[in-house]
Amino acid sequence: MHGIGVFVCHCGSNIAATVDVKKVVEMAKLEPGVVHAEDYQYMCSEAGQEKIAQAIKEKNLSGIVVCSCSPRMHEATFRKCAEKAGLNPYMVEIANLREQCSWIHKDIEEGTEKAVILTRAAIAKVNLNTSLEAGESGVIKRALVIGGGIAGIQTALDIADAGYEVDIVEKTPSIGGKMAQLDKTFPTLDCSACILTPKMVDAAAHEKINLYTYSEVEKVSGFVGDFTVEIRKKARYVNMDKCTGCGVCMEKCPSKKAKSEFNSGLSNRPAIYTPFAQAIPNVPVIDPTQCIKLKTGKCGVCEKFCQAGAIDYKQKDEVITQKYGAIVVATGFEVIKLDNYDEYAYSQSKDVITSLELERIMNAAGPTKGHLERLSDGKPPKNIVFIQCVGSRCAENKGKSYCSKICCMYTAKHAMLIRDKYPDVNVTVFYIDVRTPGKNFDEFYRRAVEEYGVNYVKGQVGKVAPQADGSLLVHGVDLIDGKQLKISADMVVLAAAIEPNPTVRNIATMLTASIDTNNFLTEAHPKLRPVESPTAGVFLSGVCQGPKDIPETVSQAGAAAIKVVGLLAKDKLMTNPCTAKADELLCNGCSACANVCPYGAISYEDKLINDHGIRKTHRVAVVNSALCQGCGACTVACPSGVMDLQGFSNRQIIAEVDAICR
Amino acid sequence: MKYSYYPGCTLRTKAKKLDAYARASAKVLGFEMEEIENWQCCGGVYPLSGDEIASKLSSVRALNEAKVKGQELVTLCSACYHVVKRVNDDMRNVEDIRLRANNYMKLDEPYLGETEVLHFLEVLRDRIGFDEVKKKVVKPLTGRKIGAYYGCLLLRPSEILGFDNPENPTVMENLIRALGAEPVIYPYRNECCGGYISLKDKELSKNMCDTVMNSAESFEAEMLITACPLCQYNLTKNAQSDVPVIYFTELLAEALGVKEEVDANGSF
Repeated sequence: MHGIGVFVCHCGSNIAATVDVKKVVEMAKLEPGVVHAEDYQYMCSEAGQEKIAQAIKEKNLSGIVVCSCSPRMHEATFRKCAEKAGLNPYMVEIANLREQCSWIHKDIEEGTEKAVILTRAAIAKVNLNTSLEAGESGVIKRALVIGGGIAGIQTALDIADAGYEVDIVEKTPSIGGKMAQLDKTFPTLDCSACILTPKMVDAAAHEKINLYTYSEVEKVSGFVGDFTVEIRKKARYVNMDKCTGCGVCMEKCPSKKAKSEFNSGLSNRPAIYTPFAQAIPNVPVIDPTQCIKLKTGKCGVCEKFCQAGAIDYKQKDEVITQKYGAIVVATGFEVIKLDNYDEYAYSQSKDVITSLELERIMNAAGPTKGHLERLSDGKPPKNIVFIQCVGSRCAENKGKSYCSKICCMYTAKHAMLIRDKYPDVNVTVFYIDVRTPGKNFDEFYRRAVEEYGVNYVKGQVGKVAPQADGSLLVHGVDLIDGKQLKISADMVVLAAAIEPNPTVRNIATMLTASIDTNNFLTEAHPKLRPVESPTAGVFLSGVCQGPKDIPETVSQAGAAAIKVVGLLAKDKLMTNPCTAKADELLCNGCSACANVCPYGAISYEDKLINDHGIRKTHRVAVVNSALCQGCGACTVACPSGVMDLQGFSNRQIIAEVDAICR
Repeated sequence: MKYSYYPGCTLRTKAKKLDAYARASAKVLGFEMEEIENWQCCGGVYPLSGDEIASKLSSVRALNEAKVKGQELVTLCSACYHVVKRVNDDMRNVEDIRLRANNYMKLDEPYLGETEVLHFLEVLRDRIGFDEVKKKVVKPLTGRKIGAYYGCLLLRPSEILGFDNPENPTVMENLIRALGAEPVIYPYRNECCGGYISLKDKELSKNMCDTVMNSAESFEAEMLITACPLCQYNLTKNAQSDVPVIYFTELLAEALGVKEEVDANGSF
């Protein structure tokens, strides 16, 4: 018995305000195969689902169309509902009347016309749907965390504490990330290293956590529960098992001209180095672009002095392959380059610095040993101007459209710390808005203004002009007084915008995880699934998903971990049955499909085929349904139309198009 | 190499030097500037009114003439460069202006912004190359400290003019280097001199010019060069400084050894 039911959702007024839902119901009833149609305020609610279940049972429906929101939102909900009522879940089709219709139209007549057409197309498709059964696949009980900053460390610790194996892949020689570079943290002003290094030690000591530092993810294949990842362990030229971390090599190294990444380029480091004293692992690496021995073959000083015999100039990169059930991206951020902001004279004056550079200057282990000094002449500054939103909230193409979120708070922190330690220094902050939502955040900012006497000026700076005497004349505007200001400063600090670490693009491509126009990774749902990528088995932790501070990062890291644990706790996963299938009677084994398959899911077999009584051996395509992700590339590539995607067959798609064009 | 050349009114009157030294220098550097026929004043200010095309037509005529000859169009005056290049951008990208200008002009073939507009400095930088300029220098200006003054019209709006980094330009500094002198980099070299405000509010322009000149002086510039007749006028007449402000072409002609010849023939 064949009969289709159509269920039109109002979505409150989301759909009903722009689409005449009654008309959609009436029009649906006229479509071939439809035996039942009704509308309801919230189809996804329990009462709405009950209506669907009842109709399936009473009218013995063979397929249903739900006209509602995007299938990404509720397809799973309605499939589950249908299954409970005894209908194969793949006999459910969604007509997206919200995101693709009501939300983008204003005119009710146009909206209704489009809604009717979308419904018609879904009915045409469901008429050709066949029951599909989901298969099962196993789950590798091991997680990969890409990035060893505070986000990655916290995620790894939480997963490991739940009893699962975790590998952290970190591209620099040590874990710790940006937080290790910070001096103090807002709003409590505790020392960043003091709260971070114990976590770094915990991660290194944890029996379930394995660190791959100075390593990069090179290739990812597979799917949720069963990823295969190739990790390149870059040559350290130092044997990790032998090195005792005594540091004599770094002292003796004659090549000391490389810029220290850890000190934001404000000091030099040797060619053999650990990024900072508390580095984990405490094993140096040799920078091959700086090492005299590796460049010219002459030197070998570090080898001579190394008591442990750990130096190995012949070490090569090593690629290891490991399997994982889940992958967490925690690649963090970088401060933007300031090439487009020459009006602030960053490239022209050493005394114009970024906030991250100030962080290093304020730090006892930094280039000035914690003394506030001008980088040009080492003199203590008397007047400091902070400029906020440098590259953030920028309407032009040269900057970022978004708010970097952390700058208001760290600028208040810097201003307060400077006024506390050097009360005779005048501090002015230029701001567009002060944005300090967060627990104890606004109180913190007010303390900077009220107790520490930081001069906050609402307005922007047009130019920082380096003067012949070495001072900096800051041309700004005070929007509240409506006055142009000229402030003579001897140090200017730029709160430069943050952007996702540039490596994330490559990683997102490997993971087929989507990223937005700003290179932030996209969530599966911005509100309801904020730590999951739309790609199953890929999770998001920290700034790679959007700007956030340390407390927020740690919270999100924990949330990502629990999602990973939830996945790894399962023994079996249901697989998507909407995979490709070849009609072996028609396939001529041309390889066109295998050439386009991004997942390596297609292979070829020689099969004995009985073609109208003539028995012959054919080379035919065979799809591994465990590897196939249902992307459909092969169905388009196949010159003889042999490849079909189950649930999205060529016939079904054409039927939809026909219905739309009717 | 032959370029179409749009001198502009000021170069016929107040700024003859800008023109004469450029022509003589071009000869030494091996390119020819062919003055387009019947050129008209560019208007001096880019017309911002969206529904007005009459004030853009002189630029379109010049641009089209260069197109017919298959040549790039070179200007010397910052204001002309600014106006002609922005009108050209309109002809490329603003459908309404393009349509109405062409409807009015009734050209044999509609003008769609095909011509490339170059400032003389861009010819030196991008077509000749400062290395080549350096090779032609016969009287290097060794030991002289010279500041460049860009003003605003050459640099902004940078996304349309694409001339140089508007906040930290380098083309004139590189020219000064090529001529053997030492460029003086001072922060106000890309600030406005006041332009035509000088006619209405002299005090304001005086303030602006003093800021520029005092800054240049504090960095020990002995001389400033500019490409703009109006900037040259304002900086010379409105600022209190004694530092001379001359056209960049004069400096170029001097280093290339043709200044005396021009001075002997010219009636400035």
